[in-house]
Amino acid sequence: MGIKLTVPQLKHKANILREDIITMLENAGSGHTAGSLDLADIVAALYFNVMNIDPKNPGWADRDIFLLGNGHTVPVQYAAMAEAGYFEKSELQTLRKLGSRLQGHPERTKLPGLENTSGPLGSGLSQAAGMAYAFQYLDDVKHRFVYVVMGDGELDEGNVWEAAMFAGKYKLSQLIAIIDRNNIQIDGNTEDVMPLEDLRGKWESFGWHVIEIDGHNIESIIDATSIARAITNRPSVIIAHTIPGKGVDFMEYDYKWHGVAPNSDQAKEALQKLHTLDGKINVGDSVR
Amino acid sequence: MSDYQLNSKLFDKDVLQEPIRLGFGRGLKTAGIKNKNVVALCADLTESTQVHLFAEEFPDRFIQVGIAEQNLVTVASGLAAVGKIPFASSYAAFNPGRNWEQIKTTIALNDQPVKIVASHAGVGVGPDGATHQMLEDIALMRVMPNMIVIVPGDSIEAEKATLAIAENNKPSYIRLARPKTPVFSTVDSPFEIGKAYVLRDGHDISLFGTGIMTYQLLSAANILAEKGISAEVVHVPTIKPLDNDTILYSARKTGRVATAEEAQVNGGLGGAIAEILSENLPTPLIRIGLNDRYGESGEPNELFDFFGLTGEHIAKKIEEFVKNKSQYHREY
Repeated sequence: MGIKLTVPQLKHKANILREDIITMLENAGSGHTAGSLDLADIVAALYFNVMNIDPKNPGWADRDIFLLGNGHTVPVQYAAMAEAGYFEKSELQTLRKLGSRLQGHPERTKLPGLENTSGPLGSGLSQAAGMAYAFQYLDDVKHRFVYVVMGDGELDEGNVWEAAMFAGKYKLSQLIAIIDRNNIQIDGNTEDVMPLEDLRGKWESFGWHVIEIDGHNIESIIDATSIARAITNRPSVIIAHTIPGKGVDFMEYDYKWHGVAPNSDQAKEALQKLHTLDGKINVGDSVR
Repeated sequence: MSDYQLNSKLFDKDVLQEPIRLGFGRGLKTAGIKNKNVVALCADLTESTQVHLFAEEFPDRFIQVGIAEQNLVTVASGLAAVGKIPFASSYAAFNPGRNWEQIKTTIALNDQPVKIVASHAGVGVGPDGATHQMLEDIALMRVMPNMIVIVPGDSIEAEKATLAIAENNKPSYIRLARPKTPVFSTVDSPFEIGKAYVLRDGHDISLFGTGIMTYQLLSAANILAEKGISAEVVHVPTIKPLDNDTILYSARKTGRVATAEEAQVNGGLGGAIAEILSENLPTPLIRIGLNDRYGESGEPNELFDFFGLTGEHIAKKIEEFVKNKSQYHREY
């Protein structure tokens, strides 16, 4: 089971997610804009093509699992879940408000369909590794995959590398990590705050199969996950090069949009930009 | 009246002495036999934590994570999320000392039934010194919503507690000690999560103990009896949820309270009992344990003596306390 949209449909879907992110964050008055926007293509591809899921039956025993390590980008996940039918779209506008199931950072116990609770960085990969370990070694379940998205700034956390060693040791081939390589974190550019390169070399040396892609190219995202599933003797990591704030030109590349929500004027302008870009986004036609 | 069945050889020279962690190891193996979803993880301390008893029986359900306590509990969270009952074991100094945030976010807030097993807690670790003598863990864990906190008093109780948390479907913490200590309970003694047990009746003061300190309180009560002081001894193996009814009933009966733990009294059992007394029944209280200081190297028995954690030291303190404090709220 699972939703299977075509590439043009997925591009359109990603744009809807971006519009929802802008309105959600504007309504919330706080939140993380840049990373939520730049993950839209990846999350759209996963929820509407790649993963075996059933939004009407979030506990379906054969489902694939999606974990967000960098929980602050959860607006993009909420937007995708609402689009997929886990809950009504109107609920998106309760984000970060008192009593909402859509907490500022994802809480599994609040909203069916969320698979973990995250926000403090660095623990998503190890939870994913625990699940993948159970599938591979304890339950002999070969058809389920665990997809975990991490921010690149998140890779500063030691817990990530403990998990990378663990997954490498046990050759957790049903574990597929996706790094949102947007080069920014709160205090600035990743290579200034705490350099991550040689990022490919780091993961390869931990025993991972590394795939590098344009994280805004839907076909590349789908292809990369296919390759990752076909690699049966190692965990895979997809380094998805992205543009922070992707789709809204005045937010793109600017680390100051990491943890800020748009005001109403900015939101209006952002939605206009997104309308003109509908179905066109990939790195090649960046507006910059 | 207490109907708790104590070990009949409790005060004999040849009383059975066993490490509490050994009881855990046996309990884990039994839990593994009873339920195939029980799995064990360890961070390079498999034998010290007694997880080897499980690992030898169930090599396919044992996961070695290396010296990586953050990974230890978060991998366990992932395993629990797909239906396993993971026991994540290391020394208390590192687990929860190193990985508290991961436990909070991915296990307690996330409500996954991971079992945090903290061996080598307290000054009883001995010569390794203060870095390895975890004293703050009771405070750290009992403040965490959703978390069950258990400090077994001996190896037999540790075995029962391990089996109980294997079945409670909740995030749970169990604190274990390294050295051999006297076994005061029997296989027939009761253990239920959330229950405190009156081991000895008395009317001058209530002594509430947890972990290995309960034995020291029983010794202290013997000494006090010779001096004409009747001490009630209450064993409190579950710190959270605390058995308020049993504790308040005893405090109301005796009008004076002492607590004892091999941990920081601030935030520990002493802190917990101070909280419920001041909210419900303000009662004169003396807290025995480590008071805002770290441990240091030494043999366990030397350290127990140095820090005033033996029955003799405790009896002296209690005698002084009883002489100087009149009883409050004595209603029974």
